[in-house]
Amino acid sequence: MLHARLIRKTRFYVTNYATNYVTNYLTNYLTKTSAVVMAIALLCALAGSPAGRAENKLKIMTATTDLASLAQEVGGDKVDVESVAKGYQDPHFVEAKPSFLLKLRKADLLIVVGLELEIGWLPPLITQSSNPNIQVSANGYLDASRFAKILEIPTGQVTRAEGDVHPQGNPHYWLDPDNGLRVAKGIADKLSEMRPNDAAYFAQRYSDFEQRLKQADEKWKEQMKPYSGRKIVTYHRSWPNFAEHFQLNVVGYVEPRPGIPPTPQHTVELIGQMKRDNVKVIVVEPYFDLKTPNSVARETGGQVLVLLPSVGGEKEITDYFKLFDYDIAKLKQAFDTTH
Amino acid sequence: MKKALALCALLFASVNAKAQEIPTSASAGEKSAANSEARIQTLEQQVSMLAEQVALLRGQLKVLADTKSPSEESGARLVLTSASAPVSAESSSSSIASATSAPAAPTAAAPAAPAPQAQALQSTQSQTFGGASGNARLLNPDISLIGDFIGAVGHNDVAPSPSLQLHESELGVQAIIDPYARADVFISFGETGVNVEEGYVTFTSLPAGLLLKVGKMRAVFGKINTIHNHALPYIDRPLATNNLVGGEDGIDDAGFSLSRILPAPKGWFVEATAQVFRGDSSDVFTASERQDASVVGHLRGYKDITESTNLDLGVSYARGHNDLGSAFITSLYGADATLRWKPLRRAIYKSFIFRTEMFYSLRDQISPLDLSQSVHAFGTYSSAEYRVNRRWTVGGRFDRSAHARNANLIDTGLSAIVTYWPSEFSQIRGQYRYGHLATAPTSFDNANELLFQFLFVMGAHGAHPF
Repeated sequence: MLHARLIRKTRFYVTNYATNYVTNYLTNYLTKTSAVVMAIALLCALAGSPAGRAENKLKIMTATTDLASLAQEVGGDKVDVESVAKGYQDPHFVEAKPSFLLKLRKADLLIVVGLELEIGWLPPLITQSSNPNIQVSANGYLDASRFAKILEIPTGQVTRAEGDVHPQGNPHYWLDPDNGLRVAKGIADKLSEMRPNDAAYFAQRYSDFEQRLKQADEKWKEQMKPYSGRKIVTYHRSWPNFAEHFQLNVVGYVEPRPGIPPTPQHTVELIGQMKRDNVKVIVVEPYFDLKTPNSVARETGGQVLVLLPSVGGEKEITDYFKLFDYDIAKLKQAFDTTH
Repeated sequence: MKKALALCALLFASVNAKAQEIPTSASAGEKSAANSEARIQTLEQQVSMLAEQVALLRGQLKVLADTKSPSEESGARLVLTSASAPVSAESSSSSIASATSAPAAPTAAAPAAPAPQAQALQSTQSQTFGGASGNARLLNPDISLIGDFIGAVGHNDVAPSPSLQLHESELGVQAIIDPYARADVFISFGETGVNVEEGYVTFTSLPAGLLLKVGKMRAVFGKINTIHNHALPYIDRPLATNNLVGGEDGIDDAGFSLSRILPAPKGWFVEATAQVFRGDSSDVFTASERQDASVVGHLRGYKDITESTNLDLGVSYARGHNDLGSAFITSLYGADATLRWKPLRRAIYKSFIFRTEMFYSLRDQISPLDLSQSVHAFGTYSSAEYRVNRRWTVGGRFDRSAHARNANLIDTGLSAIVTYWPSEFSQIRGQYRYGHLATAPTSFDNANELLFQFLFVMGAHGAHPF
């Protein structure tokens, strides 16, 4: 009890002395203007700072809507997820608008697709966000490509004569449900690392997602089995992982090279190839112009199919499962009506 | 007694019978022993195969871990391939294989069982799990070069440019320094010499949301002062920039820049920047003494009007000493507005940007009439660019500006620009430029020129801020 009283006394004297010192300083040594300046500076420093971040929800920002949907599946109620790019946008060409900075500043975790998909727009956003958590290789920066099986890794010399190549492999890896599962596991592990108390919750949500995805994948594989080995042509090289998983054969592209718009010569070659190989389906992403695909379809008696490479490409595609449901339904319909 | 004997006999008999059973179960046991032998043998084989697979996987893991460290070891690994155990040989040869075109055949020492597995692993090696390949070269900075070739035909007596010139080759060297900072250096090699256009380190992990840049940089005075030559939507700079804000180099100086996003109403992005420089910028500021520092301040407000349209507004202030001496101050005020439209679903096919800026320059000078005077000069430009399709953009610009040293000389200009984009990495541009340029308060020179430009980008030139 003596001990407690001693502590109380010391505390009283210390606070008394401190307040006296501070008021002394303020009244004697500080001029009015500098006080105002300091006050403004202090206000600015405090007002915008992420003070009192509640330990409630982990704020996750992702580069694309697909990563956002996977993070939401695994994170559940414990996360707030938002994507920078929209589902109907070309993820290579997103405007690095300052309004995204407002959200990136407060993010605890940034999940990126990687493989240089966002290299044209994300780095300045990360730098200007002044958020130490989400800087490259910081604790809150997650490159999802680490977990996925990557296709089309170039061998030999890589130059831009091949167009806008991705020197580390094809970044559209989320279109393989197996990769979706791998990335979800990576995200679950990361979330558990950041919030160890909720690790069991994330693990449970992951295993639930795994079960649902495996069931759905069985269903999708069943639906696509009759069309195994079918040949298709796509606009851009967004579909190798999808094609490999569902055993489709991409035999040509509307773009002569990635990032190069269709040329008359290449279009003629493509029509010839489609006629030779009896290819009837042209898959086009929603952000490309349909003029050339339509003319190719007319010449070959084929059909243009706008498939969605990302969640949110249409309003009703609200999660990862619906993305495949939609794309596979559209493919089935196209295959059925062209044979 | 008899009972005991009978019992013993019974016991003996049963034991005998049991003993006789043992040989029969032994013979059945022999059979089952032979069976279990076979099973044990197959199990042993399976175990040894699994062990080999595990060793192979371990080797792979080691390779993946090793490739993340400096590759001096790769030379040692090459030597090891012939001498080492088959397992590590498989993994090292397959790691080298993944770097070259064709996978090499497995080394001869490998037993038959791991070989097909190694083949399978090699084929999956070319489709590796995990995206980035480890390599010491990845620690090199991002290096890029942008070539800017400009030509001009026509008549301009006031500010003629050469008929053909490789105007500038801008070498960009950009990298992350450490977990707290990144650096960007842009060195421009021109026909008149080499110039460090920008070279600054950015501290990205400061508290209170502050962003600090230290080095030589283009000041945040308005919008166009911050844009490099090759990133402009036109071949030249507006007359207002040439007359009032330092021309091509602009306000580009060594110093500090501190910026912060300020609290703002919902939907608005408000950012304030304060910069302190040495005070030497082209013909705008000159530092005759150490304390002749210059300051630049900028306040930016940005709002998304819709998902495709946005508005960017700003006000700027710059103050420094000019070339007449420490007692002579030049102050600059600026305002800028940018309106952008880019529909998200057709972003590569259609877009529009309108930009306008106003500059007001107050420059202390000596005049023959008064000992000192302040010249108030005003300048402005407005430009628009519209993307017609994936490869073509058209634009125009209007210029009007007084001269900084003599506000009675007012230049007016008009330009029409057409740009062709073979790809994102090169552009061919043509600009017709008309200038009504003042040589004396009432005498003008009419300049009619056709400028053309070839731009090409090599390497990983990082994205520019919005």
